Amino acid sequence: MGIEQKLGESGIVTARLEDVVNWSRTNAMWPMLFGLACCAIEMMSAQAANYDMSRFGMELMRPSPRQSDLMIVAGRVTRKMAPVLRRLYDQMPDPKWVIAMGDCASCGGVFNNYAVVQGVDEVVPVDVYVAGCPPRPEALIHGIMTLHEKIHKDKLKDWA
Amino acid sequence: MTDLKEVSYEEIRHLVSDRAFSGETVLLNMGPQHPSTHGVLRLLLELDAETVVNCIPDVGFLHTGIEKNMEAKTYQKAEVMTDRMDYMNPVGNNFTYCLAVEKLTGLDVPARAQAIRVILAELTRIASHLVWLGTSALDVAAMSVFLYSFREREQILDIMELVSGQRMMTTYFRPGGVWRDVPVEFEPAVRAFLDIFPRRVDEYEALLTKNPLFLDRTRKIGVISGEEAINWGLTGASLRGSGVNYDVRKVFPYSGYEQYDFEVPLRSEGDVYARYLVRVEEMRQSLRIIRQALDTLPAGPFRSSNHKFTPPLRSEIGVSMEALIHHFKYWTEGFRPPVGSVYVATESPRGELGCFLESDGGPKPYRVHFRTPSFDNLQVLPKLGKGHLVADLVAIIGSVDIVLGDVDR
Amino acid sequence: MNEKLQPITQALIEKFSAAPQEFAGETSLVLAVESLSAAAQALHREFGFELLSCITAVDYWPQEEPRFHLIYRFTSVSQALALTLRVPVSGISPAAPSLETEYRNANWQEREVFDMFGIRFEGHSDLRRILMPADWQGHPQRKDYPLGYEEPQYTFNFDEIAARKPFAARE
Repeated sequence: MGIEQKLGESGIVTARLEDVVNWSRTNAMWPMLFGLACCAIEMMSAQAANYDMSRFGMELMRPSPRQSDLMIVAGRVTRKMAPVLRRLYDQMPDPKWVIAMGDCASCGGVFNNYAVVQGVDEVVPVDVYVAGCPPRPEALIHGIMTLHEKIHKDKLKDWA
Repeated sequence: MTDLKEVSYEEIRHLVSDRAFSGETVLLNMGPQHPSTHGVLRLLLELDAETVVNCIPDVGFLHTGIEKNMEAKTYQKAEVMTDRMDYMNPVGNNFTYCLAVEKLTGLDVPARAQAIRVILAELTRIASHLVWLGTSALDVAAMSVFLYSFREREQILDIMELVSGQRMMTTYFRPGGVWRDVPVEFEPAVRAFLDIFPRRVDEYEALLTKNPLFLDRTRKIGVISGEEAINWGLTGASLRGSGVNYDVRKVFPYSGYEQYDFEVPLRSEGDVYARYLVRVEEMRQSLRIIRQALDTLPAGPFRSSNHKFTPPLRSEIGVSMEALIHHFKYWTEGFRPPVGSVYVATESPRGELGCFLESDGGPKPYRVHFRTPSFDNLQVLPKLGKGHLVADLVAIIGSVDIVLGDVDR
Repeated sequence: MNEKLQPITQALIEKFSAAPQEFAGETSLVLAVESLSAAAQALHREFGFELLSCITAVDYWPQEEPRFHLIYRFTSVSQALALTLRVPVSGISPAAPSLETEYRNANWQEREVFDMFGIRFEGHSDLRRILMPADWQGHPQRKDYPLGYEEPQYTFNFDEIAARKPFAARE
């Protein structure tokens, strides 16, 4: 297929280290199971057979933060839950990314009151915001592909 | 924002046995983020090796302040928040709220709107039971059922999108009827679903009902008797699995349910297996109701014509002065119901969903309270789980079918 | 439904001097807080109301006496009846007897009313907060508790909010 043509006689391929590392990071990103509310059901629909997420390598949803790379905050984060969220984020090893799925995670959504944190970016740094209430599974997949594009643009001097 | 406090022994001293303090039993936190708790539920387990001695639920991680927030919005705008409480059954929440507003204002609902409401409510019941089946089978490690049930759910969500434009949080039901009439493609789409679904339910039963592994994990687990269940406030399929025949659609019928012929499945063992059988049979009975409602769908208006409380059709605004005035007042100020309070109950897939609505004559609800079934269903969990293994506790949580948005509101 | 309920409401009015209220075709009874326990026991044991559907409260601030009305909804499954009771509670150290021994699900329902309104229930085995974090101050659903509305930052008020909250102006 692709690489064998370029191999030639010696079996050596040259590429930029940046590209190879970014490509490997995007291709098997394991999400952490962080479904809180209604967006979690759309995340489960995106995981199921119709809008398959395992084509992106994300079939394995790890409940343990120590084994996951991506935290998809799906649902409203309340003030009681916010410290738990921060602790789980801190327990994830680098490199890690956060997708704020849905309106409640992005900006507080419909709920502007004493109990809901207005946007999960008050607690953790967010890479991609996916809008919708709840966002369609295709919107979530579009958010994941946007995250992949963002990672492809990562520079060596930022993570080395 | 509060910091994470460690739970001190003093706070829970009255809830755990003395063996915890002597070190014989272990206090384990089954935290808010857990794959089997179906949402953000925190359970403090007191374990003697693997057996649960005590189980203390800690809820409130999804408390959104919906009831107080609804007091700050007008009646129409507040309905949007009701979808997001029990997010597996958004149509049912709208239904209860609309019935409460209609009882408060004395609004009539035309027969066509009632039949459409029944069809969509039963479709949502099937969708909710499908998710329950998929996730609770996933908890007892029958993983393929999850993928199959979500395949059917996609078809139901397509019907919802056809009717209202939104897959889940439709807010399609409005006080006085529904938002707009169903399109022409609605009936063929529902009939296509009715044709394929009975065989699919047979497939799920073939996978699980006589499976010896499933039977071992669900028989005689989490048993509760009928009188205890109703004393604990358990309602819905969990109550009917223990032999008490309480289905709000039969006992306090609403929206034309009395004209449809359906049975309420009842079992007497009161264990996880009985609750499973009751819910699978409920899916079949919902199909019966949908078929009857679709066959007898009457023609007519889809919304009440009492324009004090419902908006007029856009086409009338250009020709009628009253329609213009009603439209203007409805969307700027809102409508003013009479002073008083009502309580309306419907049957959600989880149990009795009730709405207590009090009005002080203004355009905003003075007090809204939802009696959500999962709140009381979860209260029984410590009693059901005592003496079982942790793995059985997971099966029990799945069988009680809680949704944390419903518990915490 | 009202015909079967008539003898029961009549009995309660006579025994506990309750006041009936009619609205939307249903009768609800207003009861004094001292007779609540006895009335609930009568409903459970004599009249066959097995299910306590819900306990909630309404806050009538700034009216001080009575400030709260506790609402109890009882359902009888065997007779297909339902009844609402209203119990006025004063605003100064609000308290009411607990129904936990009669109806077990009153446990969490009363904890929620305590959490949201601050009404103490005497005889409750475990009265602590249930929905809010354990160290939260205040009772959110009271009318004098603010909603906690945060003003969203649009383009027309960008600078005013940026002056007040420098971290929100990041976007």
